[in-house]
Amino acid sequence: MSARTHLDALENQSVFIFREAYHAFKNIAMPWSMGKDSNVLIWLANKAFFGRVPFPVLHIDTTYEFPEMLEFRDWAAKHYRLKLIVKINEEARARGVGYERHDPVTVTHELKTVALQQVLAEHKFDALITGIRRDEDPTRAKERYFSPRNAQYEWDYKDQPPEFWGQFASNPAPGEHVRVQPLLDWTEADIWRYIEREKIPIPQMYFARNGQRFRSLGCSPITKPVPSHAATIAEIIAELDQTKTSERAGRAQDHHERNAMQKLRARGFM
Amino acid sequence: MTAEAERLKIVFVGHVDHGKSTLIGRILHDTNSLPEGKLDLIRQACAAEAMEFEYAFVLDALLEEQAQNITIDTTQIPFRTAERRYVIIDAPGHKEFLKNMITGAANADAALLVIAANEGVREQSRRHAYLLSLLGVKQIVVVVNKMDLAGYSKDLFREIEREYRAFLATLGMEPRLFVPASAKQGENVARPADAVMPWYSGPTVLQALDQLDGSRTAHEQPLRFCVQDVYRFDERRIIAGRIESGTLRVGDEIVFSPANKSSVVATIETWNAPSRSSATAGESIGITLREQIFVERGYVGSHQQETPIETNRVHADVFWMVDSPLRKGAAYTLRLATQEVRCQVVAIEQVMDSATLGITPGERDVARNEVARVTLQTRAPLVVDNHDRIAHLGRFVLVDQRRICGGGVVFGGVYTDRTSVKSQNISWSEGKITAHQRATRNGHRGAVVWLTGLSGSGKSTIARALEAELFRRAIHGYVLDGDNIRHGLNSNLGFSPEDRVENIRRVSEVAKLMADAGTVVITAFISPYRADRRRAREIALESKAEFIEVFVDAPLPVCEQRDPKQLYQKARAGKIRDFTGIDAPYEAPEDPEIAVRTDQQTVEESVSTILEQLLPRLRPEE
Repeated sequence: MSARTHLDALENQSVFIFREAYHAFKNIAMPWSMGKDSNVLIWLANKAFFGRVPFPVLHIDTTYEFPEMLEFRDWAAKHYRLKLIVKINEEARARGVGYERHDPVTVTHELKTVALQQVLAEHKFDALITGIRRDEDPTRAKERYFSPRNAQYEWDYKDQPPEFWGQFASNPAPGEHVRVQPLLDWTEADIWRYIEREKIPIPQMYFARNGQRFRSLGCSPITKPVPSHAATIAEIIAELDQTKTSERAGRAQDHHERNAMQKLRARGFM
Repeated sequence: MTAEAERLKIVFVGHVDHGKSTLIGRILHDTNSLPEGKLDLIRQACAAEAMEFEYAFVLDALLEEQAQNITIDTTQIPFRTAERRYVIIDAPGHKEFLKNMITGAANADAALLVIAANEGVREQSRRHAYLLSLLGVKQIVVVVNKMDLAGYSKDLFREIEREYRAFLATLGMEPRLFVPASAKQGENVARPADAVMPWYSGPTVLQALDQLDGSRTAHEQPLRFCVQDVYRFDERRIIAGRIESGTLRVGDEIVFSPANKSSVVATIETWNAPSRSSATAGESIGITLREQIFVERGYVGSHQQETPIETNRVHADVFWMVDSPLRKGAAYTLRLATQEVRCQVVAIEQVMDSATLGITPGERDVARNEVARVTLQTRAPLVVDNHDRIAHLGRFVLVDQRRICGGGVVFGGVYTDRTSVKSQNISWSEGKITAHQRATRNGHRGAVVWLTGLSGSGKSTIARALEAELFRRAIHGYVLDGDNIRHGLNSNLGFSPEDRVENIRRVSEVAKLMADAGTVVITAFISPYRADRRRAREIALESKAEFIEVFVDAPLPVCEQRDPKQLYQKARAGKIRDFTGIDAPYEAPEDPEIAVRTDQQTVEESVSTILEQLLPRLRPEE
């Protein structure tokens, strides 16, 4: 038998976490942005549950989605037989919240975080499976696989439960919910290598067209492509080995003000 | 693109100021693992502040970048040698050291321990080694750093090696290598130090790391397949779980503990991957079985010849991480692999301060950052291994108020051969009325109180007196008496070794059924063999009843003098053979729940000793 690889080890650990979460929580949902990490999550759920995703998948629709992403969403929902819930913060949209009039931090908070809180309350979800990775952002270095959030959706990173020997904080107090993060140990390069190995379908916007590609995908008005000629996964991986700019460099809400990401996260953003 | 092998995780520890950060900085530098321009930036910053450049700043700068304004509890820093990739696990901070070190080191494949040559073995050098031994990190490399401050002295290096090796031996640890080095000067980290330490011909630090075992040996250990869940999404009934140790193959007969039922692996299920015929330690898999036996989360699959221990009583070293202390008598939720049971701390034998390694013998509360040797009694059967045999099944956490408060490692468990007592493919049928309902109705739980001791030690007398005391308290108690059993149920059995074993087995089975019916069964049999009593315990646990072993202890001469049935007299005269204590052995319990000394206590005193410990365990769960 051939030796196990780094990707095998990551996959085994993620599958273990999926199954622990599925056992521990009655009412799980998995936010799905159709981005590359999200699609790896869908793939790993299929691995964990032998060809199905046994809980609903949530798309928080900001109404500023790229048409190509919505097309991919509808294709993938059918392909994977997903129980898809699409949520729009209609109340905020009715008030006119949007990039036309507001700054990106406000819009992200209203149309993503608040929308998520609304859908959590509507469906009484007690756990969310997210695609957070430690290497994405400095504030994520201290995350846990099972990360409790209080009733106000806040994250107390100063007093986190220890996590070892495969034992997690799997019983939240009433009103709390838990963020389950099976991709925590993965890096951006791991994600791409796994997509390549497993041939996981992803939106074509990640690949270079006319000398540009999207490295990270968010709302259309505030997500800019980066200059690139990487048209295949192998080329993207080669490009990553060279690059020193961060993955989320094209995401405006991160740069709007100092510590924007931390502010968003403390208020419940993923 | 070639697939990258699994990374080796190494935890770095050592006494404060012995150069751990400098060594990490030096390794990152010498292996070219730093982002481009990083070093120049740090050098410029040092020059601007008129400070001497230090390699430790490299680590500080990396941490600062990662941390911003939040403190990091454990850090993972990747680097690679020509041989393979590594992750350095660093647990900074002294305040929360125990928690950080446990979280960081619990998953490490190996440890690197730094000792400064000019200071030698210090308090934390010992403490960190102790924690590593507790966590079962077995591969250790010791780096004797700051050799430049010790004149690169061979004698000093050998002296430190001798002293520390001797200390590690007391913990049962054997380090792989001792490496003399100077992280600051870069001597013997990546580059051999031929010029300054011509007397040393061993590996450099990096070579020493490359010599560690990458492929874990867990797949060669006995199989432990820990069930996470049973899925019935379609026509398949898939038993999902992770293999913690060993190898599982299609066609293998697997015994599931604690139910002790076995079936053959029909398939290993996969999705979007080639079909497979075997899986090994570390893999999250799903299997189907040929015969549909009852299996649920918490069950542990193993091979017939190498079953784990099944018990309701474990001895463990427990480390405590929260302010509210661990107390004798307190109840916690114990989680071990995918098992979860309620347990009670029934004894605290000694307490150790993890900082000073000072031991307080005897019972007291266990405070934060202390390590205690304890005995736990569980409310349901627990499947375990001794930690030094199979680490994954020998370690657990204790949960209180939804919080993981501590962890522990199991030792001293006794393995029994379960092949002879196995009932094949007959499942324990659960009625509509649960044990909990019975206990609520009766006001107490069922239990087996197993008295053991020499003939004439007072078992029958105590059993009768105990039965009467229980009756007075409206508790259903019943004595299973040896002679009465031999009149009927076991009338076809004699006193040969085989018949004695069968006698005890039948008694155990009857006791189990009665305990399941809600009765507190008191048995009074010599039951001289540990293995038989062990089996009686396992049989009782099948019905999830309490099992309490009581050692009715009196010295042989006292028993012989009492000789209520003149049996000793007959045995001495050679009229009866194989009489326990005379020409057959009595194996005294090593670890009974309760012990009474009938040569020193009256019957009333013995009974009250038993009641004191028995009654709390009979309370129905809330």
